[in-house]
Amino acid sequence: MTDRNDFISREKFMEELMRFKKGSVSRRHFLGVTGLGLATTVLGSTFARQAMAQANIGDRVVLASWPNYHDPADFESFKAATGAAVDLNVFGSNEEMLAKLQAGGTGWDVFVPTNYTITTYVELGLIEPLDMSKIPNYDPNSFDPRFASPGTVDGKIYGVSKDWGTTGMATNTANNNGKALTSWKEFWDITRAEFSGRTTVHDYQLTTIGNALKYFGYSFNSVDPKELAEAEKLLLDVKPHLFAITSDYQPAMRNGDAWLAMCWTGDGKQLNRDMPEIQYTLGKEGGEIWSDFYAVPVGAPHRDAAYALINYLLDPMINMKETLFHGQPVADARVNAMLTPERLADPILYPAAELLNALEFGAARTLTNPDRAELMARFKSA
Amino acid sequence: MKPRFTTALLLLPAAAWFVAMLVLPLIVVFVFSFGERGPAGGYVPAFSFDNFLNLGARWTAFKNTMVLAPIGTIACLFIAYPLAYFLAIRASAKWRTMLLILVIVPFWTSILIRSYAWIFLLGGKGLPSLIAALGLGHIQLINTPFAVLVGIVYGYLPLMVFPIYVSLERLDKRLLEAASDLGAPPLNTFLTVTLPLSMPGVATGCMLVFILLMGEFLIPAMLGGGKVFFVGNALVDLFVQSRNWAFGSAVAVALVLVMLVTVTAYMRFTRRWSGGRDDISLM
Repeated sequence: MTDRNDFISREKFMEELMRFKKGSVSRRHFLGVTGLGLATTVLGSTFARQAMAQANIGDRVVLASWPNYHDPADFESFKAATGAAVDLNVFGSNEEMLAKLQAGGTGWDVFVPTNYTITTYVELGLIEPLDMSKIPNYDPNSFDPRFASPGTVDGKIYGVSKDWGTTGMATNTANNNGKALTSWKEFWDITRAEFSGRTTVHDYQLTTIGNALKYFGYSFNSVDPKELAEAEKLLLDVKPHLFAITSDYQPAMRNGDAWLAMCWTGDGKQLNRDMPEIQYTLGKEGGEIWSDFYAVPVGAPHRDAAYALINYLLDPMINMKETLFHGQPVADARVNAMLTPERLADPILYPAAELLNALEFGAARTLTNPDRAELMARFKSA
Repeated sequence: MKPRFTTALLLLPAAAWFVAMLVLPLIVVFVFSFGERGPAGGYVPAFSFDNFLNLGARWTAFKNTMVLAPIGTIACLFIAYPLAYFLAIRASAKWRTMLLILVIVPFWTSILIRSYAWIFLLGGKGLPSLIAALGLGHIQLINTPFAVLVGIVYGYLPLMVFPIYVSLERLDKRLLEAASDLGAPPLNTFLTVTLPLSMPGVATGCMLVFILLMGEFLIPAMLGGGKVFFVGNALVDLFVQSRNWAFGSAVAVALVLVMLVTVTAYMRFTRRWSGGRDDISLM
């Protein structure tokens, strides 16, 4: 079989589809050139199923990931293609994943760590360098290095890029004369005034403390005791005015209890899609930009299935379905070439360059800093 | 020798369970509490009392728990007692079994799912909108200590109802007739006969609810919006968020000690209260 994962444009795809429909090309040719060979259930192809079943990867693969982050239909088609059912474990934070892996015996085959955790996993010997020969769908040249490079440590690839996004704020503009907020200064100030009792912040020290630091113009990643003390004072001052400290803020935003939420791209997109009055914006002072990866923990019980799943999800056609489902942008140029211009111009997914350039990637030391952890505990128990 | 051997054999499963599931984990927690947090979290062996000296950093969590756990227990008691009384004494035999099943039915669904139901009931589109529609003003219920209390009473009520029900159901009804024949008005009968005789159930129910409440973390997290912080929440955060397992273990050891002291004091108190009978809390 030839490499059928080459990039194909939408126009070319439609052209090939018409040729196939008219009978001028074989089904084998069509599946080959469009890359649909792997997405077997899309067309109910049987020949690719045989090809993949030859490898015999077992009947099960365990994936640890985030909420609303995968299209269940893609797991169904993976099972149809390979015979391996995807067992999905959903987590709330990178710390939780790290704690589970540190404790051992997770049974995970694939998990989805964020950029700033990779070096820690490598140092602790918890993830394996990926065998790239088993992930032919990963084409390093088509991935934006800004988002893909944190997966590489000391020249070895430990994680392949899943998608990326930002941490901003979702405003229900109906409660603010149709205006969305545009800065973290506004975010924390309006919470102590007109929006008292209507704001939610993440139950996550990295973003909640990071965005409190942005109020003063400090780095999102600061671990400077003086700067953290100022952020703490702000957080304790704001706390009585908060609706909730939670990373599950969609229900409260949807039913109108909360008017403003510290928010990740995908949630912002999902909220805006269903309720256009909820707008997702970035703070002009900056904030967080992040990218997520597929990685394989050391001792994965279904290692072959792990690689098969990663390779499958990185197939550009499947990855396109994934991005349309979860609403986060992906770093793969082959996928972006298949998306509509309107999608690529969506300011929620692809913010303006000046806003994007002000953002910082979270740092490994920010995640593991004990002072920030204690600050968060004091904030939550105050 | 033989009967003793049989006894030992029969006790073996329980003993193995006790050692593997209680003693060993407690030893691990105790040892960890003298250790240190690794640079990337987790546990590094050490011998220091720093974690215990640092316990003050979780004082608010202990305080919140020590306030809300007794309030929750008492609220459960005041709601459960009349219900148990009705079930055991007033309800007809025909209805009793079905009513008892109704008390257990909520246990068939996970507390997580049921807490989500309460999020919607207490949320802005739930009860508060009904109250506003009746012209009684706008109030916020969800994400308040009150919401946590509602969740606690809802979740723990059956644990209070059943011990009280059992003690009332066992009560010799002829004693009530005797009291009445000797001229005691109903209230006096209740206070001097029924209530004292149901005390074992009350004591057991209170202890069950209180002990479990001290370790509660799900209800405050879900119905308190992360703003009501119990020791249980502090422990979850220390183990899975900041991954300071050494300090987390010290907090856990402190919680166990607080419970031991509280429960011992409580048992002494209830024993004196019931005139030296020591079967009360163990029923």
